[in-house]
Amino acid sequence: MGPLFNAGEPWGLVTALVIGIAFGYILESAGFSSSRKLAGIFYGYDFVVLQVFFTAAITAALGLVFFDYFGWLDLSAIWVNRFYVGSTIVGGAIMGLGFIIGGFCPGTSACAAAIGKIDAMLFLGGFIIGVIIFDAFYPLYEGFYKADNLGPVKIYESLGMDREVFLLIFVVFAIFAFWATAVIQKKVSEKSNKY
Amino acid sequence: MEEVKIQNPPKKYMNPYLAGVLLGIVIILSFYFTREGLGASGAFKRGVAKVEQIIIPSHVESEKSAFYHYVKNGKDPLDNRLVYMIIGVFIGGFLSGAINNRLKLKLEHSPKITSKKRAIAAVIGGALFGIGSAFGRGCTSGAGLDGMAVLATSGFVVVAMIFGAGYIFAWFFRKLWI
Repeated sequence: MGPLFNAGEPWGLVTALVIGIAFGYILESAGFSSSRKLAGIFYGYDFVVLQVFFTAAITAALGLVFFDYFGWLDLSAIWVNRFYVGSTIVGGAIMGLGFIIGGFCPGTSACAAAIGKIDAMLFLGGFIIGVIIFDAFYPLYEGFYKADNLGPVKIYESLGMDREVFLLIFVVFAIFAFWATAVIQKKVSEKSNKY
Repeated sequence: MEEVKIQNPPKKYMNPYLAGVLLGIVIILSFYFTREGLGASGAFKRGVAKVEQIIIPSHVESEKSAFYHYVKNGKDPLDNRLVYMIIGVFIGGFLSGAINNRLKLKLEHSPKITSKKRAIAAVIGGALFGIGSAFGRGCTSGAGLDGMAVLATSGFVVVAMIFGAGYIFAWFFRKLWI
């Protein structure tokens, strides 16, 4: 029964490298190495981000629950990010602003830089500057950063639902989003063809 | 003189739903083998911590630094799976670019803005993402995608905030893109 290795073990490190190669390959193949393609989700001309991102999320969420059912993976042993209420919300909002200005996120900028996108290399340079800034002034907001830790809480617990009911709603919502964004994308591209 | 050379045109991108299913399988395998999911931002934070450890150890090896736990008790911040993973992302991205004829040194930008404007925006956006992913304890992949995969509340909140803020600010920055 999984997980097979601890992340820090040598085999965990080798696996991380292989997983990283697959991750980068898929991102680049799907077009995530282009900032203009990524930004399309915010202007309605290209929803590839939503399509790939939510398909991956529902595939992984369903897969992990089935691995649990079959007794292949102990879900209580895997890492679940802690929910620090204020820090998570503020961090997410700053990332959203960074995304719309910079056109990448860290993973996508890495695979875009790997194929020679200079804007992605600059984004990564900026990212490192941001990390240094965060570290330099850390004592100013350390309290906020560590406040309101709700622990590794699950979304269905937060909503007071059964896990399976939440999963069903999540999948239905994703399929609706795929349909709705396909309609929007068609309308936006028809409109821009007129010019 | 123009070079007369027929280059192979870039191949089409993969179907997004196929890419999504493959990415989902990669996430499942990552949790199955290593207990943890994907991540991109962590490796860069660790890189910064490594440089700080060399040039300003008195800072990073104290409670004043956000990266104290990376170096505590003489640990090497680069001795971590996320560092191996980001090396993999560069290799995988490069392989896909090579196979699909997309390797090209290029600063991509909307025809309505200059290269310089795009370059400045990329640096500022990157810096904001660096600060945001520190507060968020991970980025779109490590906090968002992994979080949704394991049904963590933090994952759904961070994704809602990234895209919510993106849509709210999109109007102000539309000239950068459309």
